[in-house]
Amino acid sequence: MKRNTLISSSLAAIAFLALFQTSCRPKSPGSVSVGDAASKVYVAPGEHDEFYNIVSGGFNGQISVVGLPSGRVLKILPVFSVFPENGYGYSEESKPMLNTSHGFVPWDDLHHIAISTTKGEHDGRWAFANANNTPRIARVDLTTFETAEILEIPNSAGNHSSPFITENTEYVIAGTRFSVPMGDDAQRDVPINTYKENFKGTISFVKVGDDGTMDIAFQLVTPGVNFDLARAGKGKSHGWFFFSCYNTEQAYSLLEVNASQKDKDFIMAVNWKKAEEYIKAGKGKKVKAKYAHNKLDHKTHITTSTIKEDVLQLDIRDFDDLVYMIPCPKSPHGCDVDPTGEYIVGSGKLAAMIPVFSFTKLMTAIENSDFEGEYDGLSVVKYESALHGIVEKPGLGPLHTEFDGKGNAYTSMFVSSEVVKWNISSLEVMDRVPTYYSVGHLMIPGGCTAKPHGKYLVAYNKITKDRYLPTGPELCHSAQLFDISGDKMKLLLDFPTIGEPHYAEAIPASLIKEKSVKIFKIEDNQHPQAVKSPADARVVREGNVVRVYLTSIRSHFSPDNIEGIKVGDEVYFHVTNMEQDWDVPHGFAIKGADNAETLIMPGATQTLKWMPKRVGIYPFYCTDFCSALHQEMQGYIRVSPKGSAVPIKYSLDGEEGK
Amino acid sequence: MTKLTPLSRWLILLSSLLLIILFFTPIWQIDLWAPQYPEWLSMQIWLYQVSGDINTINGLNHYIGMKNIQTEMFPEFKIMPYIAGGMIVTGLLLALWGKKISSWIWLLVLVGSAVAGFVDFYLWSYDYGHNLDPKAAIIVPGMVYQPPLIGSKELLNFVAYAGPAIGGWIALVSGILAVAVVFIEIFKKKLQKRFTSASTLLK
Repeated sequence: MKRNTLISSSLAAIAFLALFQTSCRPKSPGSVSVGDAASKVYVAPGEHDEFYNIVSGGFNGQISVVGLPSGRVLKILPVFSVFPENGYGYSEESKPMLNTSHGFVPWDDLHHIAISTTKGEHDGRWAFANANNTPRIARVDLTTFETAEILEIPNSAGNHSSPFITENTEYVIAGTRFSVPMGDDAQRDVPINTYKENFKGTISFVKVGDDGTMDIAFQLVTPGVNFDLARAGKGKSHGWFFFSCYNTEQAYSLLEVNASQKDKDFIMAVNWKKAEEYIKAGKGKKVKAKYAHNKLDHKTHITTSTIKEDVLQLDIRDFDDLVYMIPCPKSPHGCDVDPTGEYIVGSGKLAAMIPVFSFTKLMTAIENSDFEGEYDGLSVVKYESALHGIVEKPGLGPLHTEFDGKGNAYTSMFVSSEVVKWNISSLEVMDRVPTYYSVGHLMIPGGCTAKPHGKYLVAYNKITKDRYLPTGPELCHSAQLFDISGDKMKLLLDFPTIGEPHYAEAIPASLIKEKSVKIFKIEDNQHPQAVKSPADARVVREGNVVRVYLTSIRSHFSPDNIEGIKVGDEVYFHVTNMEQDWDVPHGFAIKGADNAETLIMPGATQTLKWMPKRVGIYPFYCTDFCSALHQEMQGYIRVSPKGSAVPIKYSLDGEEGK
Repeated sequence: MTKLTPLSRWLILLSSLLLIILFFTPIWQIDLWAPQYPEWLSMQIWLYQVSGDINTINGLNHYIGMKNIQTEMFPEFKIMPYIAGGMIVTGLLLALWGKKISSWIWLLVLVGSAVAGFVDFYLWSYDYGHNLDPKAAIIVPGMVYQPPLIGSKELLNFVAYAGPAIGGWIALVSGILAVAVVFIEIFKKKLQKRFTSASTLLK
């Protein structure tokens, strides 16, 4: 009897435990990094990272330069946004860089990066970036890590499908996200509900010169749809460009519903070599268009802005062999071409599969006129005829795909918050790893080129939540670094980023490191207001404009006592940094300045404008800790009332200048 | 007077011709290391100029009140090329003349000019290291900043090293050849016995 009680009571206990167990919530899968992850991302003190990671900053309008695998931020590089930290957009020399046909625009939304290539492989000359709000393309010089040029894109709105480049950096492209009416004022002043008749899209092909100079070669005028992303063909598909487009419904309100109606939108295949031929044959139409072209001269350290007046256009509907539409499911976002140039991966952001198109099959279909109809007069290739195959059940919300050069593709899944590795030819899913959280873009060093460098993958996430110490409602964006050298992806590092990274690229340090400029040679400085010897430092009045020609060298300005400035004067400080040693910038700041400071690199000249509004003695000083006597690097300016008779006078250590 | 052996004449010729290289290479160098300059700063001294990171070194030196280093400040740079040219001509003439005493004269010329050079260098570096601006920002009582003639020395946060540059090594080879000639001339007889095969060169 006693034994039975024991058995039954223990059975009851087991049953209770079992019930308790199943009624509990399952444990959520936590992030697990591999055991030796720390040593794989550890860059010992004094050692250098293996890769430069050039990362877009999204809404901060900047680029951050990050070292991989450490994830350390090496530089914030201002592109489309003013940067009071170094005077970019505040100094007289750099203001023209942010000039547009709308005047000075101090901010933009920088989404994508394209590092220049030759024969489809990274060459480390420049990085291009797009401005999504006021359409522009910037070129960053990778020897100085400075924005060297910005070109505005006319007839465009929301330059999202940009700045992707052709195999040899012949062109950098700009596809408009918003279609808009174009032409003269009367043609652009139309009711919004005339979208179908009046709104057009454009794709600009910007020619890149040998020295990097950008110039719009021609614009393709397209039906009014939204262009999202793009990639150039490479290898066998060199000469073609592929653009994802959505809103083929041509909605102009509540797009989240109205632009999601069709089962399939398109990937637009453009034969740009053909377009070149038509332009050469004089088929282009010159139309009026106002846009700014801004370029930095490294000899004068001055950016010049030029307003251009016209652009050459080709309406793609006037030609039947320029553009072909490939149906692609559910509002395609990413449109990525594999290293061989054979496969084009479309990522329908609302799809639960990934279609992969074959360039060879596309060419055969075009040759055989294997079309399923027309879209606004453009031939639509039969979906099945261009399709290589489908990756089944990869996850939810595919966005972007990068490649490792070993026949594998890696796709970011926003909705299911993971990176999925799949084999391009077999279309089989090989591996998947969670991301924290909701990955947007992803990046493999060289992963968009003909020769990926492989080794690592970085996921740039849109949601951060609990990954780091909380910092109030606004959090940084998180990124995860994975080791992809083996069959399985391994999480190595989780690191915060600057701004909101969208696309990024990474390039081996060896391709850039040795070319990095250390100083500007003072004898090469051709700035018209440069002063190459303290003996030439001076203060000159021209009406109410006063020009102060200053030199700075450790640890003084020359001159450092200035009198004779009056309220209402427009004062320009032309500061030349006389240093010729690496990493000795000098700063210049003056009390009451309503703009910013300026940082002057060794051998360069920069100008800060100052309009004193009150009488008094104003101090100025060096803002960059330059030496043991940095705190002594200062000066005084006397500001007298308007109409005062105090003459211009300036000196250093009692020695008056003439 | 006895004559030089053919070998000695060739060696004096070679020794003097080697000095031509001094017109194209620096002779001496002063290198400076500090925590902020892991790559070393370097200054080279030629027959007729100073080169290297002069501006950077001057920029650092002004804190301790050292005078600016500039090629124009040293009158020696105007005359040293002529002295070197004169030495080369002397060497050629001595080889041509071919008397035994030539070997001693050549050695004396070389050693004499080297000593003169070192003395001059020492005096300048003494002047630079000792005669400091009394208004200098950094004054360390009792501290002087004379760089070493050769070898290394700690100067505040810097390690200073001085030593021969390419030209200096060439001059050293030239000097070794001069010593060799004197040696050959003294031990001519013995050498002739030992190296019978080369006897024509040693006659």
